[in-house]
Amino acid sequence: MFGWEFPPHISGGLGTACYGLVKGMVHHNQEVIFVVPKLWGDEEELADFVNASDITIDYREKKFKSIWKNLTYLEVSSFLVPYLGPEEYQKFTDYAIHDRTDVDESIFTTKYEFSGKYGKNLMEEVSRYALTAAQIARDRDDYEIIHAHDWLSFPAGIAAKEISGKPLVAHVHATEYDRSGESVNKPVFDIEKAGMEAADHVVAVSQLTKNTIIRRYGIPAEKVSVLHNAVLDASIIKSKYEKKVPEKIVTFLGRITFQKGPEYFVEAAKKVLDRDENVRFVMAGSGDLLNRMIDRVAELRMGHKFHFTGFLKGDDVDHMYAISDVYIMPSVSEPFGIAPLEAVRHNTPTVISKQSGVAEVLQNAIKIDYWDVDAMADATFALLHYQGISKMFKELGSEELKNLKWEHVAARLVKIYEKTLAQ
Amino acid sequence: MRTICFYFQVHQPYRLKPYRFFDIGDDHYYWDDFLNRNVMRRVAQKCYLPMNALLLELIERHKGAFKVTFSFSGTYLDQLEAYAPDVLESFQRLVATGHVEVLSETYGHSLAALKSKEEFARMVNQHKEKIQKLFNGYTPKVFRNTELIYSDQIGEMVADMGYKGILTEGAKHVLGWKSPNYVYQNSIKPELKVLLKNFLLSDDIAFRFSNKTWKDYPLTVEKFISWIKPIPASEPVLNLFMDYETFGEHQWKETGIFEFMRALPEAVLSQTNYGFSTPSEVLNQVEPVSPIQVPYPISWADEERDLTAWLGNDLQDEAFDRLYELEKIVRKLDDPDLIRDWNYLQTSDHFYYMCTKFFSDGDIHSYFSPYDTPYDAFINYMNVLSDFVLRIKEKQKELEAV
Repeated sequence: MFGWEFPPHISGGLGTACYGLVKGMVHHNQEVIFVVPKLWGDEEELADFVNASDITIDYREKKFKSIWKNLTYLEVSSFLVPYLGPEEYQKFTDYAIHDRTDVDESIFTTKYEFSGKYGKNLMEEVSRYALTAAQIARDRDDYEIIHAHDWLSFPAGIAAKEISGKPLVAHVHATEYDRSGESVNKPVFDIEKAGMEAADHVVAVSQLTKNTIIRRYGIPAEKVSVLHNAVLDASIIKSKYEKKVPEKIVTFLGRITFQKGPEYFVEAAKKVLDRDENVRFVMAGSGDLLNRMIDRVAELRMGHKFHFTGFLKGDDVDHMYAISDVYIMPSVSEPFGIAPLEAVRHNTPTVISKQSGVAEVLQNAIKIDYWDVDAMADATFALLHYQGISKMFKELGSEELKNLKWEHVAARLVKIYEKTLAQ
Repeated sequence: MRTICFYFQVHQPYRLKPYRFFDIGDDHYYWDDFLNRNVMRRVAQKCYLPMNALLLELIERHKGAFKVTFSFSGTYLDQLEAYAPDVLESFQRLVATGHVEVLSETYGHSLAALKSKEEFARMVNQHKEKIQKLFNGYTPKVFRNTELIYSDQIGEMVADMGYKGILTEGAKHVLGWKSPNYVYQNSIKPELKVLLKNFLLSDDIAFRFSNKTWKDYPLTVEKFISWIKPIPASEPVLNLFMDYETFGEHQWKETGIFEFMRALPEAVLSQTNYGFSTPSEVLNQVEPVSPIQVPYPISWADEERDLTAWLGNDLQDEAFDRLYELEKIVRKLDDPDLIRDWNYLQTSDHFYYMCTKFFSDGDIHSYFSPYDTPYDAFINYMNVLSDFVLRIKEKQKELEAV
């Protein structure tokens, strides 16, 4: 498998998903070689880890030249990464605006130290990663199939396939359309498309993502399988943290960006508060739409019942889930979206948008169209006032969570491998 | 003989500490003691202590021919008692000379005049008691509303409270062709006289003094004298109103502002037919020329000289309306802790920090704001206000239970 990050050194959900999947594969006695640009040494010993930074490239291999030819250097200018925290995002855009560097000879040195981050020289690292992948694919023969996670490692997957002739599975955790809406970054789109086309089979984290892959990338439906994410730990979290305010709390927790649909949460909040003063709405997170949301809240005259916490980390995230009476995820486009499952673990009933992958697996949640603020308000009001439904969600939701295991996901992946190898 | 009226606004707000959503309902202390103390000590060293010493020296040297006027907000006086008793003492010495007038205002340096007559009156009264307590029974006779905010209606309220005069801005859009260098009357209650700030000459000192791109830089005493001499002899007063922090804080001592002030009184007294007076003296000596119509409130802030520094955008209006919803219940509960925070929460600075006029006067606003953005100011204020509301509800419950 080619990934880009692995716990504990992760900046978002991609690393966590890879971790869960590898763990599931190990459960089924599958041996996994897991390649990342940079290993830190404190990763859990689940797989045969390969640190791409340690690989020495032997340029006498002729095929490398042709691989390199296909790796056109690409300039970076927008949202590139599947699950990026706000701070990384800020750093990243700063880089994209001010700090473009040209790809240089350092790619062609025999050894290369990857940062493994999503920052400076991302495209350079992606290209170099592909060369390294080719070297690894040539050196080793103890594998049957190649599996690449998201566009960052697609060039690596393609290169490894070219060298070894072994089948490639491209795993799509998020597409450029999810990250950037309609203003897609063409180079990234091109890599994604090339990866999916070169792959023998494509895996999508949701039906929603599969539809995007078919519609936007022109990949035939029969070549794409849906493999939903799961949770690492389905246990219920009993927090000792206590709420300090008498009102009920309704929470939005995530990046305040176009993709997450924060404005629909604000509009729905107004509708709820008009009917029930005894609620506080909390928007936790930061992002480029934050100030617009604050303006809108003030304009709707609900600043006394609508609060902004800024970016939360560590225990504060758990506390926020713990004191919430309803959790809302109004995402406009969410390939999967693990956050509502975290809310379920805290026994918090959830309202989620139909435009999210998680809506396909979580039954005990209210699902609405992200733009339907009336429905969102109705659902919120119901969960706050009708104990029956929220009680049911709490009980059944936690049961449901127990079935969302990475073992099950891995079992299905093994089937996909078998089918692909048989082709 | 004509006269110059020097008036200084002396004010510091109680700034809020960073107050998070998680603090609501849990932490009932809102004030950033460290920051407030820090600002007070810094400004004391740079401005209050050296300038008070200079004024005392000038008053003594000129044997009362030089006079000045102050207004102290209640939030300022509270912080003096807490952080700078040395400064308080030096102000007390100044007032004791008998050549310093102290004006009346609202305790919280608030915008209450725009919202509620009752709250306005309560705050003015509380301020009066504070002045009497700190300055040996001194009772102010002339009024200065927060940031010189004035309208016909505000003047009427002030007249009803028994004041003889009020200070405000000589705003161009109110004066038109008229000169600020006369005494005017409130258009509803002619017994209330109105003194208008000469904003050109005031701002030459307060804002432009050290501005090297200003064509008249550097401002010297000779230059200033040459500007006031040709003012028509029929114009009896020259009102120079400014922030006290002009001296040493807005204009650093390196700019020569202290030397300017040290030399100015002597030059005025010896080279012109101007003397110095306090507002009460002006009102007693000078006949008003006519009423002045101010149907919409004016202030001394920003280019517009209106209220838009504090009110008008959604953030400000929301915070302001939410705050004053509580007015009646807070007064009814009459709890000392609640009243204290209620006073401090009304301070106009909190709304000033939420101003989004980034383009014309934005840098002035950001200079004075402890927040990075107006949005941060709004979030923090609303969190605090939410907790304040919870405390009011608690107190109500307590009382009902008794």
